[in-house]
Order: sequence, then structure tokens, then C-alpha cells
Amino acid sequence: MSSGDHSSKQYDAELEQMRSRILHMGGLVESQLRIALEAFEKADVALADGAIEADRRVNELEIELDRLVSHVIARRQPTAGDLRMIMGVAKAIVDIERIGDEASKIARAAKWLREKGGNFRLNRIPDIRACGDVAHTMLRRSLDAFARLDAQAAAAIIRDDAGVDERFRAILRQLVTFMMEDPRSISAAIDTVWAAKAIERIGDHAKNIAEHVIFVAQGADVRHTSPDEVERTVAQGR
Amino acid sequence: MDAKVAVPSKLQARNLNFYYGKFHALKNINLDIAEKRVTAFIGPSGCGKSTLLRVFNRMFELYPEQRAEGEIVIDGEDILKSKEDVALVRAKIGMIFQKPTPFPMSIYDNIAFGVRLFERLTRAQMDERVEWALRKAALWNEVKDKLQQSGTSLSGGQQQRLCIARGIAVRPEVILLDEPCSALDPISTSKIEELIEELKADFTVAIVTHNMQQAARVSDYTAYMYLGEMIEFGETDQIFIKPARKETEDYITGRFG
Repeated sequence: MSSGDHSSKQYDAELEQMRSRILHMGGLVESQLRIALEAFEKADVALADGAIEADRRVNELEIELDRLVSHVIARRQPTAGDLRMIMGVAKAIVDIERIGDEASKIARAAKWLREKGGNFRLNRIPDIRACGDVAHTMLRRSLDAFARLDAQAAAAIIRDDAGVDERFRAILRQLVTFMMEDPRSISAAIDTVWAAKAIERIGDHAKNIAEHVIFVAQGADVRHTSPDEVERTVAQGR
Repeated sequence: MDAKVAVPSKLQARNLNFYYGKFHALKNINLDIAEKRVTAFIGPSGCGKSTLLRVFNRMFELYPEQRAEGEIVIDGEDILKSKEDVALVRAKIGMIFQKPTPFPMSIYDNIAFGVRLFERLTRAQMDERVEWALRKAALWNEVKDKLQQSGTSLSGGQQQRLCIARGIAVRPEVILLDEPCSALDPISTSKIEELIEELKADFTVAIVTHNMQQAARVSDYTAYMYLGEMIEFGETDQIFIKPARKETEDYITGRFG
């Protein structure tokens, strides 16, 4: 995939604007997620409100980027690497926006925990934090791979998603145990399940972004294949 | 590079070289043109794409200082070495040019003219042939009530479809289109593109176009040429989504020169 140096400087500028806007949107969601995870761990309403509020700006950027994508397609009829970049941006926008939604869900779970009062143990089980950290790192690295169109880095992220899924199942097992031991913990356990599920989904979306990066960089569609196959495909690519 | 296709090929160029005097205009072209498909040739001016089309039906033989080496095989016969009358070759491989070139005669006679060179038809058979060709060229409904009017009285887009009808009337197997829409407005252009889509049910089509989006719209296979060489050949989707060569990518994304 080439970049820059179209005969049309305006076209270069439009693609660059698209790239910088999506990275900006990704950066916002990354910080939104960080705040939401902290809000959940501390059951902190003020932090949670901050994370929920941040989603508004993310949604605005989604609309702005969609408009930009339509504009470039209508005006430029992009081809080859440009076409793949625009397809990748259009798809990544959706995943980034969903991550914003999931981060809001984590923040809302934090508020419910605080509002109901009582047990603030479940939100602190170590696997929640570990799972959140992995998902957050996957997001950061997938955005980084997008910025550099680094297919190798993207392939590594796809492998990490299995770790998130595994931790999610471990969290469920622990929560079930808590609920059986002490029925009073059920309400808090359910809020924690919401948050854990949201984290698990964020891992999926970060993985999707990594798949888009591979498509943009190499033109290979690696969706619905195993991490081993993804790495082979990327190694064979340009 | 060698350009092979997944479907039966109608025409094959083998080690084809072409010279305008001392100028080496086509360099060792190897290419299969798929039968009943549309193959598009793209590339900057002077890359040899129109030259290649002209070699396909021996159009270059009109000029003594031009010569071709290698083979152009159609139905197993090398037309460059063939003793066959060049007019017969051109009846089999018809060509449509950039500017419509209707003859200064009636619409009916524009179509019948070529047919009379090769076949003896009764009046009724000729009427039938003229209607068939005009229908194939998507022009019949517009001209059926004025077949005796001059061909030059038609609009540019209609004239171009008349020329296509004229080319089809002798029932060729291959139709070569050299920038067929560059003198036409967008509506006429889309009618010609629609027509190209229909033509491939009966004919093998090769088109040269400067309009890359047109190549993307109408063709099944695309060849990118540069400085007399065929740089890349492939299925049109592959060329426009994931070209293998950087030169192709730079050209089709507008990073050229």
C-alpha cells in the first residue's frame, strides 16, 4: 500500500484527514475505556459519569468520519490501496464506536454497584483487572498498528483475543461461586458480569480492528481464520 | 509477464513485438484474451495499448514502415502469418474507434455496406440482418422509423452505436473498442457501457480506455501497460482492489508521474 503523493494534493489531504480523525477517535475511546475500568474497580460515580460523557464526542466523530468516507468515495472513486484504506477506515469506525459503547456499559455497571451499595469485593477480583488490562492493551496496539499499517503487529493482537476470552470464562466461574456461597452477592455479581462481558466484547472489537489493518496493508481477508493461519497469511504477504 | 485466463481464450498474443520504424512500441507481449469476456487495456498515453489493439486486426499493415513480430493466434491460426485476406481478418475481428465514423449514407446502408462485401443476402435477409445488428447495438428503437435518414444525422452517442451495429453486422467473433466513449456525454457513455455488457454474451470484447473507472465498470480482465510492456494482467477486481505490482497501484490510484 502506497501513501501520499497523489497527483491530486487535495486527495492526499483528504486521506490524511481521514487517518488522523480515526486515530483521534481511537485515542478518545482508549482514554474513555481506561477511565471506565478505573471507575468500575473503584465503583466511582464521578469517574463513571466522565466515561459516559466521553462517549458523546466519540459518537460525533463516528458521524463526521462516515461523512468523510462517503465524500471521498463519491469524489475520488478510490482504488487499490486507497480503496482498502477507506474500507478499513469505514469498518474500524464501527468497531471503535462500539468499544465506546462497551466502555459506557462498564461505567454504568460501576454506577449501579455504587447505587446499590454493599459489597465492593466482586468488582476487585484480580481477573477483572487483568482482563481489562489485556483488552485495553489490545485496543492501544490495534490503533498503533492502524497508524503504522503494520500487519505483523496486527497478527499478534489477534492471538491475544483468546486470552481475554479465557479470562472472561474464569471470571464467570468465580462469580458463580460467589453467588452460590452468598445469595446477597447476586446483584453485585450480575453487574460485574455486565462489565466483564463488555470487556470481552472490547477484545473482539480490537481484534476486528487488527483484521482491518491486515486487509488495508496486504489486501488479505483473515476474518474467521485461526491465529496460526493469520500469521502464515501475513508472513506470505508483501 | 504471462497473462493467462481461467476461461477458454479466444485470442492469444505470443512473444509479440511491434515496431514503428525503429521505435519498439510493444515489447514481448504474452496475453490471452478470454472468450466472451471483456478485457480492458489501461495505461498512460503512449503505453502501447491502442497499438496492441491495432495489431490484433492487422490494422498496422496500412503503413509500410510498421511491423509486428511474434504470433497472434485466433482459433489456432496465427493471423500475422496467415495468407488470409486482411479484409476477412477484419470481418472476424471488428474495430470501433474513438470518434464515431458513420459513412455518409443512410442508417440502413451503413449497416448493409459491410455485409454486402462478404455475403449475398436477399432483401428480406438483409432487412433482418440490419434489424438484428441495430437491436444488438441497442439502437433499433431509436432509428427504426428513419432507416433511410443519413447516419450522420444521428447524435454522437447514436452514431457510435451505429458504428458498433455496423461492426456487429458482419458477425465478427472479436470486437475491439478503442476509446469508444471519449467523445461522448455521460448518458451516451453509460448506454455504450450497458451495450458492452450485453455484447459479451455473443462476442469477445477488448477495450482500450483512458477512463480507469470505465475499465473497472465494464471489464472482466484488465491489463496495465506502460512503455510498451504489459506490467500486470489479472481479473479486474484483483487489479482494482489488490494489484500485485507497485507500478499498477501507483497508476490506478493516481500517483502517476
